[in-house]
Amino acid sequence: MEGYLYLIPLLPFIGFLINGLLGQKIGKSGVFCIGCSSIGLAFLFSILAVYQLACSPAEDRLLVQVLWSWISVGNLNIDIALMMDPLSAVMILVVTGVSFVIHIYSTGYMAHDEAAWRFFSYLNMFVFFMIMLVLGSNYVVMFVGWEGVGLASYLLIGFWYKENVNADAGKKAFIVNRIGDFGFLLGMFLIFITFGSLSYLDIFPKAAHMYEQGIMAMNSPVMIAICLLLFLGATGKSAQIPLFVWLPDAMAGPTPVSALIHAATMVTAGVYMIARTNVLFTLAPTALLVLVLMSAATAFIAATIGILQNDIKRVLAYSTVSQLGYMFIGVSVAAYGAGIFHLMTHAFFKACLFLCAGSVIHAMGGDQDMRSMGGLWKKIPITYITMLFATIAISGIPPFAGFFSKDEILWKAFTFPYYPVVGKIVWFIGVLAAGITAFYMFRLIFMTFHGKFRGTEEQAHHLHESPLSMTGPLMILAFLAVFGGWLGVPHLIGNLFGHVPNILENFFEPVFASSHEIIGAYAGVQHHSTVVEWVLMAGSVAVAIGGISLAYHIYIRRVDVLPGKLAETFSIYHRLVYNKYWVDEIYYYVVVLPFYYLSMFLWKVVDAFIIDDIGANGQAWWVQRGSGALRLVHNGYVQTYGAFMVLGLVVMLWFFIV
Amino acid sequence: MASLTHYIVLSSILFGLGTVGFCTRRNALILFMSIELMLNAVNLMLVAFSNFMGDMAGQVMVIFIFAVAAAEVAVGLAILIALFRHVREVDITKFNVLKW
Repeated sequence: MEGYLYLIPLLPFIGFLINGLLGQKIGKSGVFCIGCSSIGLAFLFSILAVYQLACSPAEDRLLVQVLWSWISVGNLNIDIALMMDPLSAVMILVVTGVSFVIHIYSTGYMAHDEAAWRFFSYLNMFVFFMIMLVLGSNYVVMFVGWEGVGLASYLLIGFWYKENVNADAGKKAFIVNRIGDFGFLLGMFLIFITFGSLSYLDIFPKAAHMYEQGIMAMNSPVMIAICLLLFLGATGKSAQIPLFVWLPDAMAGPTPVSALIHAATMVTAGVYMIARTNVLFTLAPTALLVLVLMSAATAFIAATIGILQNDIKRVLAYSTVSQLGYMFIGVSVAAYGAGIFHLMTHAFFKACLFLCAGSVIHAMGGDQDMRSMGGLWKKIPITYITMLFATIAISGIPPFAGFFSKDEILWKAFTFPYYPVVGKIVWFIGVLAAGITAFYMFRLIFMTFHGKFRGTEEQAHHLHESPLSMTGPLMILAFLAVFGGWLGVPHLIGNLFGHVPNILENFFEPVFASSHEIIGAYAGVQHHSTVVEWVLMAGSVAVAIGGISLAYHIYIRRVDVLPGKLAETFSIYHRLVYNKYWVDEIYYYVVVLPFYYLSMFLWKVVDAFIIDDIGANGQAWWVQRGSGALRLVHNGYVQTYGAFMVLGLVVMLWFFIV
Repeated sequence: MASLTHYIVLSSILFGLGTVGFCTRRNALILFMSIELMLNAVNLMLVAFSNFMGDMAGQVMVIFIFAVAAAEVAVGLAILIALFRHVREVDITKFNVLKW
């Protein structure tokens, strides 16, 4: 039954090997064919597996395939094993599905690039590792995937490595991620010490059991430590405060990479990891409090930075950071399903937005600055329509996808069972950030597609719609961005239309059941009036519409006056936000420089002076001098040697006799 | 009747002569003879002790040593001749290239 689960990661891996080793021989069309078909087949097998999963009754929704035993030392047993439950099922569909679409898009986008084979082999490798991350049945396999996607991200950010900026951006992403990975590793060690296993199927029932038996209290220090360490790992991979700085720079990579890795899949790995560890997080409310504050701050701060960026991809990058903040709010108010739901809808609309941005950049001949765009909608209508849909979706206008997921997160934040007051504050910040999101996303639309064209004559001449291989994926993703949210219709709205079920929530129930039980037992079952929920829903929609109309007012009706005037009036804030709160600079002086000097000290003084000069070379120097003195004895005269022998004999005699 | 002490003194004197000869003379042949002198001084001592102890094994041993020494002399002289053919020289102080 579960026998084919291994094919899902294997196919992209074979694609990676073929493209990587033979890519130059089989030609561009061969590379495209292999790259896309391996992912396409993996997608088909994923659908098959998920279908099988969905058909089985709720309590049996688990496919496990143990491939082989990897490490077996003492009581540490780690299998290379794949596991599919409703959570990884949704993830795997998003990962393989969106990857497939983006692979197809890449055949158009990279058609003229000489190193397309390299690009596709990296991309296939990325998908392989991402699938391992999602399907692994223990933390070690997840960590292998985790590191693997980091590597793929590094390689693809620096894909055009001939320009130093790109290589630097790749390095930055990799190094910042290392800090997070360190936390993840420590968290893993602590889990092993506490539970004696690293397999999901052992840890979570055991944790729930220990809590029920009273062996482990709610909020025990070790649990808080585990959760915070894992969260540190997640902040690195998922670009949250304090480790978000790498993501905007990661836009140096080709646009399909930004769409796939830095918007839809890899950066959501942290959210997946926390949702996967939901039982432990549920048992550590203090850790959740830290998480929710950090993620609310991320959602808000990143959104404000997005307002004043002029690079189309950077706007989307900050938007991604902000939306990831939303997902983290979701998982950290113990609404794990809502977080994953937003992850899914975000994968659709953000991948679509990035691919549209890629199409725009393609049309503009490589220019990414929105200040030189404008009025493009007539020239590239398909891109415009799809991007508009995705933008409406991200702004949270019903019935587009983003509305359902974002609203669920906000509602769950408002009713945060552990810290009700903090939940309300977070809800407020979230709504504010949603308004800002709507504002800057429509600013992007208006600056790019409306108004007058501000680029050069040459660019105006060059403008053209992208080929079908690029617009096709856009349409698919736009479709999903419009309708994808209907998988998780809240009961409130579902009841209006005659009991439309919340498919996703029901599907997830087995995964989060024990968390829900723990919360229910600890905080009591909560009842909220439907009136409040309606009001909040209407409120967030109103804020979104407010953001859009503000953007319309500033960037369409009064575009010649208002932006400049506002920048003048709020010049301090303008400079603060425009320079991204100087976070990069602060990190440079507070973190990078001290480490630089520390490394210089370790290199010049400890390594070069103490270890090399005094230690290794110093010993050699003494030995050389000593032997230099002794070798004078070897003067080549046989008689001298004889005399020494006699001397030796005399000494020996003296020893024996005396 | 010569006592054991006489033999020991004689053989010590012979050994000493050999040693001094080895360390001071330059002619390789003389060095060679000095070595033989030392060897035979020791042989003499061995025979004397053997006789004193009433054990014939020592004297048998000396016969063996003579045999081996003969072979050694043959090899040694051959080396000397080969050396002489190369450099036309038997002064041992000239053969000092094997150093450092």
